Amino acid sequence: MDNDKFFFQRYGLTEQDLERYLAAALSAGGDFADLYFEYQYTTSISVDESMVKSATQGISAGCGVRVISGERTGYAYTGELTAERILQAARTAALIASGPSKTPITGFKPEAARNFYPVAPSVDAEMSAKLDLVQRADRAARACDPRIAQVRVGYADELRHILVAGSDGAIAADVQPLARLNVFCIAKEGTDGNSARGSAGGGGRVALDFFLTEKTPEHFATDAARQAIIQLDARPTPAGEMEVVLGPGWPGILLHEAIGHGLEADFNRKGTSAFTGLVGKRVASEKCTVVDNGTLPSRRGSLNVDDEGSPTQNTVLIERGILKQYLSDKLSSRLMGIPDTGNGRRESFEHIPMPRMTNTYMLAGEDDPADILHSVKYGIFAKTFGGGQVDITNGKFVFSASEAYLIEDGKVTAPLKGCSLIGNGPDVLTRVSMVGNDLQLDEGVGTCGKDGQSVPVGVGIPTLKVDRITVGGTKS
Amino acid sequence: MLSADVATRTSKVETDLKELARDVVRRATAGGATAAEAVVHDGSEFSTVVRLGEVETLKEAGSHAMGLRVFFGKRAASTHTSDFSAEGVRQLVEGALALAKLTSEDPHAGLPEPDLLGFVSGDLQLYFDDVYSLPTEERIARARRAEAAALSADPRIRNSEGGSFDAANNHKVMVNSLGFAGEYKTSYCSLAAVPVAQVDDRSMQRDFWFTVARTLRKLESPEHVGRVAAERTLRRLGARKVKTARVPVIFDPMVARSLLDTIAQAVNGDAIYRGASFLAGKLGQRIAGENITVIDDGAMPGGFGTSPFDDEGVPTQRTTVIERGILKSYLLNTYTARKLGLKTTGNAARGLAGNPGISSGNFFLQPGTRSPRKIIADLRQGLYVTEFLGFGVNLVTGDYSRGASGLWIENGEPAFPVEEITVAGNLRDMLHNISEIGSDLEFRGSTAAPTLRIEGMTVAGE
Repeated sequence: MDNDKFFFQRYGLTEQDLERYLAAALSAGGDFADLYFEYQYTTSISVDESMVKSATQGISAGCGVRVISGERTGYAYTGELTAERILQAARTAALIASGPSKTPITGFKPEAARNFYPVAPSVDAEMSAKLDLVQRADRAARACDPRIAQVRVGYADELRHILVAGSDGAIAADVQPLARLNVFCIAKEGTDGNSARGSAGGGGRVALDFFLTEKTPEHFATDAARQAIIQLDARPTPAGEMEVVLGPGWPGILLHEAIGHGLEADFNRKGTSAFTGLVGKRVASEKCTVVDNGTLPSRRGSLNVDDEGSPTQNTVLIERGILKQYLSDKLSSRLMGIPDTGNGRRESFEHIPMPRMTNTYMLAGEDDPADILHSVKYGIFAKTFGGGQVDITNGKFVFSASEAYLIEDGKVTAPLKGCSLIGNGPDVLTRVSMVGNDLQLDEGVGTCGKDGQSVPVGVGIPTLKVDRITVGGTKS
Repeated sequence: MLSADVATRTSKVETDLKELARDVVRRATAGGATAAEAVVHDGSEFSTVVRLGEVETLKEAGSHAMGLRVFFGKRAASTHTSDFSAEGVRQLVEGALALAKLTSEDPHAGLPEPDLLGFVSGDLQLYFDDVYSLPTEERIARARRAEAAALSADPRIRNSEGGSFDAANNHKVMVNSLGFAGEYKTSYCSLAAVPVAQVDDRSMQRDFWFTVARTLRKLESPEHVGRVAAERTLRRLGARKVKTARVPVIFDPMVARSLLDTIAQAVNGDAIYRGASFLAGKLGQRIAGENITVIDDGAMPGGFGTSPFDDEGVPTQRTTVIERGILKSYLLNTYTARKLGLKTTGNAARGLAGNPGISSGNFFLQPGTRSPRKIIADLRQGLYVTEFLGFGVNLVTGDYSRGASGLWIENGEPAFPVEEITVAGNLRDMLHNISEIGSDLEFRGSTAAPTLRIEGMTVAGE
């Protein structure tokens, strides 16, 4: 429980202070105010050209004050955790409202404790142990193949203490570890300058042990090297509409871009999402059930409480093809009269929370992944992706494959390069005709950007077959 | 001693920041570091969004942070903190000194050669008081006017993600153990509108427009921003896919700008020495058509990519990157210059943590003489791209495949809007296949390009 007391102990904060700050925030009225204290400690180490070129550590701390008045939000923050600066921020945020002052509830009721990441924080581990991880990955990648010409490995971790206190008397504290190992390789062949890249990485809300026992540096290194070597022989991707099979795991970015963002409540409250008004309607084939689950142990997108102090949940977004509900934070929940699903997240104390995904994935189906590939006469098998993006208003999304193959007569054949997929969110899942029994979540590399705010997320799918989607290649 | 006191009035707070940086550097060297460099940022931000006429958010705050890089001979490490208390500074310095024992000897590591340190003199027009002079009510009013202009432009504009006004200023201080001590202030303001259009209950479309400047005086009017945002949104209504085809593609200036960003990444010294760019090893060679000249100018007065010195204390400069199709220079910092046996181009850029990276200054493609209107009128059949979606660019191979939307052109006229398509090719070919360059170069950020027509790209659709 000591962690819950972090800000009280380190900064001498008391519950009376919190009440005083909240009273200042509501000094011009408003419906609700909250305080968000954050203290983040980060470390990183990287190897490049087999040299440890960089080792860093950093501290960032501050407090954000929010005042909500109707649909209006006032926000101010300070990087100095002194009573004077927090009160000043509270009075600035209060400018959003204009009425008689309100009194916050006295006496806080803490959220029931839960812990989806009961681990020793990796930030406290010896830097020499982290150094060992990156050096092992470097050696393993180079040992894979003489054509591996460049290897870069980065390890980064953080420990984030948060404390959220609301004028409704809710209070929640959390300590959130996060660690990630990344390997990036370049392969070169011959004298004509033929080169290719490969990358892999993973982690989560895990202790350093995770990289020694579950997913080792060698695991990520060999995967990155393998991709780079395969890509040396890659051919141009065909262009046009065709059948596409998505491999399990990280290709779940499809769900994140195609439907996840469109189901965030703020866009639907404002009526600017392509999914506005579609609750209860069919947006996917019967084989598709999609959830956003912030409660998975140790996952990158998991949280005990969101950044508004609300417990995270396992929320069914699409059940057997029917859209069930949106992902909400406190503001949208109140204004729309829908449940708060515990998806109010923010990048840091400098940012206003908004509805965001946690771990978004599709539940396993019944098809054998081998049968799914066999069913395709001519199409694409997309195994790993880089980034993706969506226009939530017209629903168009795109994402780029970093490892993809041609499927000919049910067999996976040539590796492809320069492959993007583009589709329309509200109907792409209606074209899912087969769902594998092999659900996988990604290995823990996802970072989602929205309105300039980045937060860690997870995605996952079983092997999926989409009957028709536009493949953006160069070969007509 | 070198000093770049760009701010016209040096208040006590500012002097304190420089003294703080000096103190941190002194403590690092006293603790055994053979060299050290400290950077301090102190900034404030304001933003407001007005949606459907009502204030939706109002945000105002200031923050500061400090970064330290230390060397023990050829070993480097870095730390950063937002805690400027005595305890915070102690952790910052001790942490860096401890970390440097872990890193490797790197023969090319270190601060710049002392004779390369310095700054561009004269007023670079980076800071204007007026950005922060406007009362909150007036800022809100501008955001409201921009949105109102968009909403009233046409009945098909039915919704909005709002009008917004942003202002920010930043004060940056850099000190190193070679005697460099520089500081400068920047200001920034912008105004934007994001309308949503719809006909009946068919697919909605959203687009935006914005104006950005270092002084309020140079911001375009809210009415102009709103009107352009509405036009850009309306022209997307009724968009559809097209058949897969190989056709000429025109990049509008905003889209062409993203191509310049890609070129800037491809000539980044970090990517070059690692062989992670299709332009590695191509210095002095023809990499683009004769009509292509690309400049990076980090010292251009008033530019969004301008500063008197880079993030290692080296003066910024004007660099010809591509001259009439020949690759003349990479963009380099001290480390990558040493790796490649070249001289830094003053493009060092660092966040608070880690070794300096590289970023372009004001990076642009020299405009041609033809108006964008003429370029479109000359296109018999092809695509005019107004937006790219996604990140389908592979710098190692040059493969380029991006989601797009825009207008289909038939006989020199826009025929209908298109979406849910991709535009693909390879950057090696694309740079040789730019057949038309517009006269419409305009900076709305640190990278800029005029309208471009590129031959032989694959448009994938139905």
